[in-house]
Amino acid sequence: MTGLSTTRIPQILERDEAEVLERWLREQLAATAHRSDLIAPAQLREQSREFLALFRQAATRDTDGDVRSPVWSATRGMLEGLSAARGTLGFSPSETATFIFSLKTPLFERLRETVDDARGLADAMVAATAVIDALGLYTTEVHQKNREGVIARQQEEMLELSTPVVKLWDGILALPMIGTLDSARTQVVMETLLERIVETGAEVAIIDITGVPTVDTLVAQHLLKTITAARLMGADCIISGIRPQIAATIVHLGVDLSQVITKATLADAFALALKRIGLAVGRPAVRVGAGAAPAAPAAAAGA
Amino acid sequence: MERIPILKMGEFLLVTIQVDMHDRLALTLQDDLTDRIARTGARGVLIDISSLEIVDSFIGRMLANIAAMARILDAQTVVVGMQPAVAITLVELGLSLPGVRTALDVERGMLLLRAALPAGEGVAARTEVQEVEAVEARDADAAG
Repeated sequence: MTGLSTTRIPQILERDEAEVLERWLREQLAATAHRSDLIAPAQLREQSREFLALFRQAATRDTDGDVRSPVWSATRGMLEGLSAARGTLGFSPSETATFIFSLKTPLFERLRETVDDARGLADAMVAATAVIDALGLYTTEVHQKNREGVIARQQEEMLELSTPVVKLWDGILALPMIGTLDSARTQVVMETLLERIVETGAEVAIIDITGVPTVDTLVAQHLLKTITAARLMGADCIISGIRPQIAATIVHLGVDLSQVITKATLADAFALALKRIGLAVGRPAVRVGAGAAPAAPAAAAGA
Repeated sequence: MERIPILKMGEFLLVTIQVDMHDRLALTLQDDLTDRIARTGARGVLIDISSLEIVDSFIGRMLANIAAMARILDAQTVVVGMQPAVAITLVELGLSLPGVRTALDVERGMLLLRAALPAGEGVAARTEVQEVEAVEARDADAAG
């Protein structure tokens, strides 16, 4: 592939940079894709001027038309900033790419006016098209990469948010699971639960799956693994919050939960857990004359 | 030769693993332990693995074997203090140690062993025995 430096483009840009810039700006402001609501003309002018200057500098040194080469690093850096800034402003990736592509019209117009031989003109246009297309696509790529970064960060935050292990009582932990369970999440859940068991010395852990929308064989397997690991450490697990549909699914899938204690609600599981560690919940007995309960004075008077 | 000490505490044997287990050490422990159970007539074995950080399938199987051998010699085995990473590894290896009792720490392991002794023997409190029986009956119901 021929580089831009072998064509007439660097010379034209050197001599007529201001003229090309003016035509380019006119082109952009007149285009239907122009977003006057998002960017001021002055800012657009500044961005266009900066890009054209960098483009000219790189074009004089470009030998192979490869925008990934170090020659174009300054231009690429500028485009990364531009793509990120425009993405935040609300530009679509194609609008950002169009900003670069629209340079072709004024540049080619100028080429046609100055270059006489057809061969030189064609060569320059082919080389310039290749480079400008690659730069335009690069902005799209950067935009996509930024989006992916945002998604990855949010996933991480969700993972941290969604695995709380709460202490219900001395020796009783509860793990309210919310949302779809996948391998990565179950791994985090398992590790958090086991670490908390060591920290608190809890004997019973209640895994509440009220907030889990579906249970398939994989999820059931993950749950069983967690329960087995907890048992190996010396803690018992109770599963609670199994909705009727999920109970039906589990049976239809043929998942064997017979080794696991299951309860319909968290309250039932908590009652069982208290019993396991030798505690019971009840109303305090009314002591005559103690005045602890509202009924006590009347009872005392009656006696 | 390197050996893991086996301490006798009343009717129970206490083993604390504080070094990295390699295969030969594990086999030696297995032999020593069965030997001691037979010699002393111990009714319970407590293996503390809270310092053990690395396990493989061999060590996992050895724990299960020790428990099975001890049961034949009429002694209960309790494994205590397993680290989360070790538990996860064993589960991923498919070793859930079905015949082994577990507890969080040595104290609770001892309680479990005492409770497992038949009534009238040792210092087991009657209520503890009843509680364990109730739990076992419930588990049996759940399994049935």
